[in-house]
Amino acid sequence: MQTFYTDVLSIGAGLAGERVAIEAAGAGFDAICLSIVPARRSHSSAAQGGMQAALGNSAMGEGDTPDVHFNDTVKGSDWGCDQEVARIFCDNAPIAMRQMAHWGVPWNRVVGGKGFYYKGGERFEKFEKPENEGLITARNFGGTAKWRTCYTSDGTGHTVLYTMDNRAAKMGVQVHDKVEVISLIQDGKRCMGAVARCLKTGELRVYLAKATLVAAGGFGRIYRESTNAVICDGGAHAAVLDTGVVPLGNMEAVQFHPTGIVPTYILVTEGCRGDGGTLLDVNQERFMNIYEPEKAELASRDVVSRWMMHHIREGKGVKSPYGEHLWLDIRHLGEQHIRGKLREVDDICQNFLGIDPVKDLIPVKPVQHYSMGGVRTNKDGAAYGLEGLFAAGEAACWDMHGFNRLGGNSLAETVVAGMVVGGKVVEYLQGAEAQFKTSVIEDQVAKDRNRIQRLIDCADGGEDAFKVRAAMQDALQDGVHIFRSHNDLEQAVFQLQEVHERAKKIGLKSNGKGANPELALALKMAGQVKLALCVAYGALKRTESRGSHAREDFPERNDRDWLNRTLATWKNEDDDLPTLNYEDATPSFEIPPGDRGYGGGTIIPMDNPPAGKED
Amino acid sequence: MARTLKFNVFRYNPMDEKSVPHMDTFVLPEIPSMTLFIALNQIREEQDPSLQFDFCCRAGICGACGMLINGRPGLGCKTKTKDLPDEITLLPLPVFKLVGDLSVDTGTWFREMYAKVESWIHTDTVFDPTAEEERMDNSIAEEIYELERCVECGCCVAGCGTARMRKDFMGAVALNRVARFLIDPRDQRSEADYYDIIGTDEGIFGCMGLLGCEDVCPKELPLQDQLGFLRRKMGLAAIKRFLPFGKK
Repeated sequence: MQTFYTDVLSIGAGLAGERVAIEAAGAGFDAICLSIVPARRSHSSAAQGGMQAALGNSAMGEGDTPDVHFNDTVKGSDWGCDQEVARIFCDNAPIAMRQMAHWGVPWNRVVGGKGFYYKGGERFEKFEKPENEGLITARNFGGTAKWRTCYTSDGTGHTVLYTMDNRAAKMGVQVHDKVEVISLIQDGKRCMGAVARCLKTGELRVYLAKATLVAAGGFGRIYRESTNAVICDGGAHAAVLDTGVVPLGNMEAVQFHPTGIVPTYILVTEGCRGDGGTLLDVNQERFMNIYEPEKAELASRDVVSRWMMHHIREGKGVKSPYGEHLWLDIRHLGEQHIRGKLREVDDICQNFLGIDPVKDLIPVKPVQHYSMGGVRTNKDGAAYGLEGLFAAGEAACWDMHGFNRLGGNSLAETVVAGMVVGGKVVEYLQGAEAQFKTSVIEDQVAKDRNRIQRLIDCADGGEDAFKVRAAMQDALQDGVHIFRSHNDLEQAVFQLQEVHERAKKIGLKSNGKGANPELALALKMAGQVKLALCVAYGALKRTESRGSHAREDFPERNDRDWLNRTLATWKNEDDDLPTLNYEDATPSFEIPPGDRGYGGGTIIPMDNPPAGKED
Repeated sequence: MARTLKFNVFRYNPMDEKSVPHMDTFVLPEIPSMTLFIALNQIREEQDPSLQFDFCCRAGICGACGMLINGRPGLGCKTKTKDLPDEITLLPLPVFKLVGDLSVDTGTWFREMYAKVESWIHTDTVFDPTAEEERMDNSIAEEIYELERCVECGCCVAGCGTARMRKDFMGAVALNRVARFLIDPRDQRSEADYYDIIGTDEGIFGCMGLLGCEDVCPKELPLQDQLGFLRRKMGLAAIKRFLPFGKK
């Protein structure tokens, strides 16, 4: 068995993981990123729309500042976010975007003079200042007061990831691809690295590190219908939960994106609506302007998704063999704009739907998209519960998104958090000494070897891993979706507990040799069901509606009792439910809880509302 | 009306001493909007859980699922079965090292390529976090993006006559990468510097001009233009080397 030593081990080689590794490498430390796929295939590459940063260069972004960005982010989170973290994020975002420009991202730039844009299907004129020509420009995204989303056509994630990976290669960051972490090495106090399985040979490897970072992205694939890449399956989260001491934060906060295409649930970017696309119903009539007169299609994602489902329930959905959906109309944006600025959207429509978005309507419906929850960290990115463990990006609950994140804020988070947390990891490394206990390492490897052998031997039963996964996905899809209620959630928890029992009895049908994909799934299946239980049980217990968490039986946002964050820990292997604890949503208020200005709903106020710095 | 599809799939697990390279046949009823992504997953879940193949984004964005589809390199996720005959033969991409069945190791190949072409911006300028970003003409930014749309699926390499014959050939993907940095004003490398990287038979002069690369590129990158552009540039750079004032 191979053993690798390094200063920083990043589980994940997407934007957040590589950005942290680059920061460490820049300070003279060794860094290894592990990735299930070659680094450039990380799901960061799929983000089309852009990254929010208050540069204020474009005409419609004029007057933008980190303060305005902060306001939007806190409102967007439905006051569920950590305001200290949101502040760090908004202040650093412009620096991070400029740095990415310096490293090679071909951001779209301001073109001076008269131009046009669309809003709600109507054409408007704008004038870009000639003195801003050549600066990074921005497009419109939902839930924001200004145009703030920096982009490269609709391949933003792709270009930023390629630039980041180029930088990583230059800095000597090692990427071990086709390697999957199956457990963390830890003694209940300190994290020492991870046990991983090589997806080329099937062999186990040990990675020992002074600092271990979880930057493995989201876990959307625990749902049946998700926009996420197939690698976003929560394997790393499961390894974290298995430590028994590290809590996952706000797992019930799951974002549904309004425009997943039907039937494959591939995402078309919010940039479509940002650039002026509209949502239409079965009668090809707009409806978002009725529900949200001001923001219309550009209210935040949770709000748009709910109104879409509401509208479908009102009988205005388009019937199809894949269930009901609505239409996204971008035809009026014109051929040049669609084939240029929305080229990936054009490709997706042509390749996966066989339609031409210049002439045809795009069938869409809200689909699981983003995990606000994740490995709970403090504002430095350090995980709770284990020293030497950090998390960044979607995998983390650093918690600038609270209960709903704004479009363009996650891609920006990967780079900004990578920069900030990277700095903190470097500080940690400067004071850290390697302490690897061989007995702990050997125990963990023996445990994992045993687990693999039992699966191959069908020692615990012959349950089919794929069928167990399907049962888990169905339970979440049907019971923990956009609209939630006590009975559905209770049913989902009950079903998932049954699935959890089945997951313990999985046995392989194949021989498990080499890079066997059945074994890869079987190894994380029980952990995935535990994640699903964290989502469902957290949602059952949270008796209020906040951001993406919409309880039909508790429609109010309840700041009096629920202005807090759920912490889910799996204390004992034999437990059939996570242990839930709660902590304050934010240690301090810059903006006291208030109305978002969209989405409606009533608020149960705090008993002693804080003053806040503003208002 | 619905067809029954026959999939002939290459099978070999190098880590299993009992495994020998062979073809397996799987039969599936075709469903509407079926892609190879859907079909292969269905085969794995219902017929053979050991079947190895790579998919990631399943949306034509990440480039993970390059394979030979009835002899032609392409992305499995965006290949619809309705565009194929009812007998479909799937093989792993050539040139890249086989992991097992349809899965190949593109990561190592590409990582070596980045090292060869030094795939990053070369500049003496130090980033100043307090300064405004360096300006760039939007049309140049768009031109760079046009070349950076490559997803490193490996189809161009698999479809390249030279790459099939000689292991050290960089392939269209590497040359396209060089072209991307050549037009980027932030990269301070000179034409002579690029000549040192690609001015050989391993680089631009090894290209036989068969243009299989452009024919099979799933992102429809203008590889033909780039190869022509580089060949002219590097030809001139070669001549300049012999002139007393030519070389930088």
